[in-house]
Amino acid sequence: MARRDSIMHKPKDSRGAFLRLTRMLGPFRWMIAGVAVLCVVSNLLSLWGPRLAGEAIEAAAAGKGLVDLGLVSALAGRMLACYLTASLLSFVIHTLMVNISRRFAGQMRQRVFDKLMRLPVGFFDRNQAGDVISRVSYDIDVIATCMATDVVSILTSVVTVAGSLVMMLTISPLLSLVTLFSVPAAILYTSRMRKLTQPRFKARSKRYGEMNGFVEEMLSGQKTIQAYAYEGTAEERFDGVNTAAAEGYWEADRYGVTIGPTMGMINNVTLGLIALLGSVLYMQPVPMISLGDISSFVLYSRKFSGPINEIANIINELFSALAAAERVFGLLDEEEETPDRENAFVHDLVRGDVAMEDVSFGYEEGKRILHSLSLHAEPGKLFAIVGPTGAGKTTIINLLMRFYDVNEGRILLDGVDLRDATRRSVRGAWAMVLQDTWLFRGTIFDNIAYGRPNATMDEVVAAAKAAHIHAFIMRLPEGYQTVISEDGGNISKGQKQLLTIARAMLYDARMLILDEATSNVDTGTERRIQEAMRALMHDKTCFVIAHRLSTIRSADSILVLDRGDVVEQGTHETLMAKKGFYWKLYAAQFE
Amino acid sequence: MKSLWRYLQPYKWRMAGVMCVKLLATSLELLIPYVMKHLIDRVVPTKNLLLAVAWGAVMLLLAVSVRMINVRANRMSVRTARNAAYALRRDLFHAAIRLSGAQTDRVGLPSLISRMTSDSYNVQSFTQSAQTIGIRAPIMLLGGIGITLIMDAGLAVILCVMAPIMIALVVFVSLKGIPLYDMVQRGMDDIVRVMRENITGIRVVKALSREEHERGRFSGVNRETARRDIRAGVTMALPGPIVSLFLNVGLTLVVLIGARRVNAGATEPGTILAFLTYFNMILMGVMGLNRIFMMMSKANASVRRIQAVTDLPDDLPRLDEAETTPAPEKGMLVFDHVSFSYLPDEGGGDRDASKFAGQQRQKSLEDVSFAVPEGGSLGIIGATGSGKTTIINLLMRFYDPQAGHVYVDGKDVRAWDRAALRRRFGVALQTDVIFADTIRENIVLARDVNDEALRAAASDAMAGGFIEAYEDGYDHRAVIAGANFSGGQKQRLMVARALAASPDILILDDASSALDYRTDAALRRAIREHHAETTAVIVAQRCSSVMNLDQILVLEEGRIIGKGTHAELLETCPTYRDIYETQMGEVS
Repeated sequence: MARRDSIMHKPKDSRGAFLRLTRMLGPFRWMIAGVAVLCVVSNLLSLWGPRLAGEAIEAAAAGKGLVDLGLVSALAGRMLACYLTASLLSFVIHTLMVNISRRFAGQMRQRVFDKLMRLPVGFFDRNQAGDVISRVSYDIDVIATCMATDVVSILTSVVTVAGSLVMMLTISPLLSLVTLFSVPAAILYTSRMRKLTQPRFKARSKRYGEMNGFVEEMLSGQKTIQAYAYEGTAEERFDGVNTAAAEGYWEADRYGVTIGPTMGMINNVTLGLIALLGSVLYMQPVPMISLGDISSFVLYSRKFSGPINEIANIINELFSALAAAERVFGLLDEEEETPDRENAFVHDLVRGDVAMEDVSFGYEEGKRILHSLSLHAEPGKLFAIVGPTGAGKTTIINLLMRFYDVNEGRILLDGVDLRDATRRSVRGAWAMVLQDTWLFRGTIFDNIAYGRPNATMDEVVAAAKAAHIHAFIMRLPEGYQTVISEDGGNISKGQKQLLTIARAMLYDARMLILDEATSNVDTGTERRIQEAMRALMHDKTCFVIAHRLSTIRSADSILVLDRGDVVEQGTHETLMAKKGFYWKLYAAQFE
Repeated sequence: MKSLWRYLQPYKWRMAGVMCVKLLATSLELLIPYVMKHLIDRVVPTKNLLLAVAWGAVMLLLAVSVRMINVRANRMSVRTARNAAYALRRDLFHAAIRLSGAQTDRVGLPSLISRMTSDSYNVQSFTQSAQTIGIRAPIMLLGGIGITLIMDAGLAVILCVMAPIMIALVVFVSLKGIPLYDMVQRGMDDIVRVMRENITGIRVVKALSREEHERGRFSGVNRETARRDIRAGVTMALPGPIVSLFLNVGLTLVVLIGARRVNAGATEPGTILAFLTYFNMILMGVMGLNRIFMMMSKANASVRRIQAVTDLPDDLPRLDEAETTPAPEKGMLVFDHVSFSYLPDEGGGDRDASKFAGQQRQKSLEDVSFAVPEGGSLGIIGATGSGKTTIINLLMRFYDPQAGHVYVDGKDVRAWDRAALRRRFGVALQTDVIFADTIRENIVLARDVNDEALRAAASDAMAGGFIEAYEDGYDHRAVIAGANFSGGQKQRLMVARALAASPDILILDDASSALDYRTDAALRRAIREHHAETTAVIVAQRCSSVMNLDQILVLEEGRIIGKGTHAELLETCPTYRDIYETQMGEVS
């Protein structure tokens, strides 16, 4: 197979990622604008609340028997309305944001999936499934969570900070000077701590990752370990990585847990400074502030410092969301299958005449796997491809199906260059039975009818009968409606193979690609598979990765591959007579 | 809760210590508003600047010391959590690596791994937070209520009524939310499944041009998951507004009733102001408690999952030799009427499942008997699922048979010390792995194997050539699962591993399936020539791998249907003849 590389990119262009994310949010712009407006209103209301409370307390402060209860009740009524609306709005905001973020995540997942459907097969050979899937499950989730919480947090913070600052300035501009201490202190401290802790947290994740990797490795090899009485050594080594993980946690969180208390200290010091400075201002010959104002100021400074403390967290989350977005974008930017040529030829009634002319191909630049390969298969002829593992047998199939395009030379189907026809019609000309039988979770019926979605029950049954699998299906509790579990775990390997043969039978193309790997099944099933395959091959142009003598003997031509080169070509008899590579391969098994 | 506590018990004194320190810090923190109130209400009106500065200094001092004590407590809690998690992971790993085959099957590998990683992490973060937020939140809540009670019991009644309702509501909503998130998780599993299906089957999808159909299928599960996610999210958006609404309604009531009480002379206006501050504290307390409650139920479930593994008894105990029946015949390896099933109590269980899987539920081995003399060789052949590997599993005592006995070197395997028994074997199993380590360590595996033996084993296994082609030779490192080797190279390394310690018994379970015929033949020749005195068991799919051995067993559905040499079996066993004839046309 082709080289494996990863689509992992380091987050490098946060700005670009941000802009692109914003553009993608376009369809939601009115909802987001609505959230923004509601956010401002709700936060202004909750800023207004304490003010009303303050007025009510002022009114109550008149003393025994002098309280204007009517005014207090009116103020209390307004307070209630204020708080009620604020709570309601906050619920509405959250609901809206959950809707926006989750629907956005859903759209993004769909976009990634659509993209996958347009990518060339080579992409899936190069990238590990787990890596691609983690982009859809984990990265998009990080983005959605960040949107749902951080957008609101940022808006709230901005409104609260601005509102509180205005309130504080109206109460006492001099006292507001204290914020000149608290804000820079908080910002400086958090940025310093971020620099200090980030590498430690990274190291912590790395060590956890190493431990998880080690555990996975050892537990997957549990039987090997037990067979070689290697448990003691495995435990010792685990104790090592476990210690490293524990130390990584300690080293990172030792600093991590100081952030909370330190921010608390900055707040409390601010409080002390306000009290101190407030007292000094009050004690001036002409008091520059009233006692009541000091109380209100304290209330607002509390509100003010809350969001400032949050900033560091929010920024961290934003950056991790942007990094996640970049990974998703990296996938969305992968090169797609080149589109079909304009006015590309559409194969309709295929005769099944295949010719390869001087075809050279390699998965990587400068690493050719096939060198000027030529062959001609007339309609209805059987081509057997043989050779040791890794000789490049699958490569030929990849080219015939146009999963890859040739580097040099050309492949003709009924005289038309594959590249001049639509992919859909080229691929539609072939039926295919591959070595790793692919089934999806769904009914047996759907699995057989996969290539022809409008097939009737009669047609499906006929295909299943031809593939010698009908009797087995009828023994299942729900016959053709039985649901096969993921990767067909509840049916045997041989039956899986028969099902894919039935699928190919129903598809009924003029040409066939067959990978005849020896299946590890009992002899009865093996015989049924052989019969089914023979029926399938009847009257079609066939390319078979052959393992069975019967197939090879009846082949019109045998292609012998070794390390990517066609070393011999001919019928069984001529090749045996040549006493070359084929003969050696053939003889080795009798040793 | 009980299982979690059982686990945290060794740390109870240290945790109590942390909690005391945290208690001190929180109490001091509660003092700060009080000091300020004193400064503004009592000191400032006297216009005594020095005294005011002194009280201000007290506030600053308190602020600094609260920070130091909190940091100290937090760090102590991190240390406890580190030690607890370390011990938990150690116990779990040590237990997991020694589980019997049946136990591993029951728990399942993915589940073991997730217990090791996410469950132990849950316990760790709970252990840390329990000592910090866990003490802070109740103090905030109770302290707040307590102080307001002292200040004005009449007004505080409002709080005392509201707090429990509020807590109950929040917990209720959160509990409702957890199953909703389970549904979301299941939806995500569906999304991942469809993606995985498409990635593995991309060639089929493209060959049949079903991309549009697959898009539709994905879009179905994707929409459903988004819908569930929104439902869960909306439910979980409730607790925050509920709590603040309740508190603010309470606050309004305090203002309203408080004003009346001031008017009646029952309370002071300053008290109402103080209530404002303490209300906020109570709010934080409630939210903190909710968080702790969530974490605790999660951690508790996690501990239970971990203990389900660590508490498993040794289900393959060693028997006294006197308790066992002596071997019925001589030989290095003897099976005496052995029957075995991987799922012994499946018979009466799930009717539908057994009906569905039909023939899969039968016994894996039924009444199997054979004997291999010392230095002899045995081949086992048969279809997948016919019980070949099961014989190996019983020989090495990964499982115990339900009926019959297995003997190695004249002794019932149950009377052997497990490690001593296994040390007599050199095996290459189908499920064997290459570890992320040097080639040398992968072959030696901490056994007493010198360099000469190492090289000899590698060369016998036809691996010497490719290993020595590396610049760093035997010190070349394998990556995880040996992904930097081809299938054939991995198999040859495993065979080298099996040969390295010159074992008394050599077992190759389908160990040459990825080798081409020529390499396979050379490997067989090397074993024949250099390990002639070793008792060998070779399990294979291909006749050519076993046809030269002293004795061959043909298995079908757990039963021996043929026993003898190649020549005898061609005569007596039609299935064997069938296999031989079908295979003898393969050329790759």
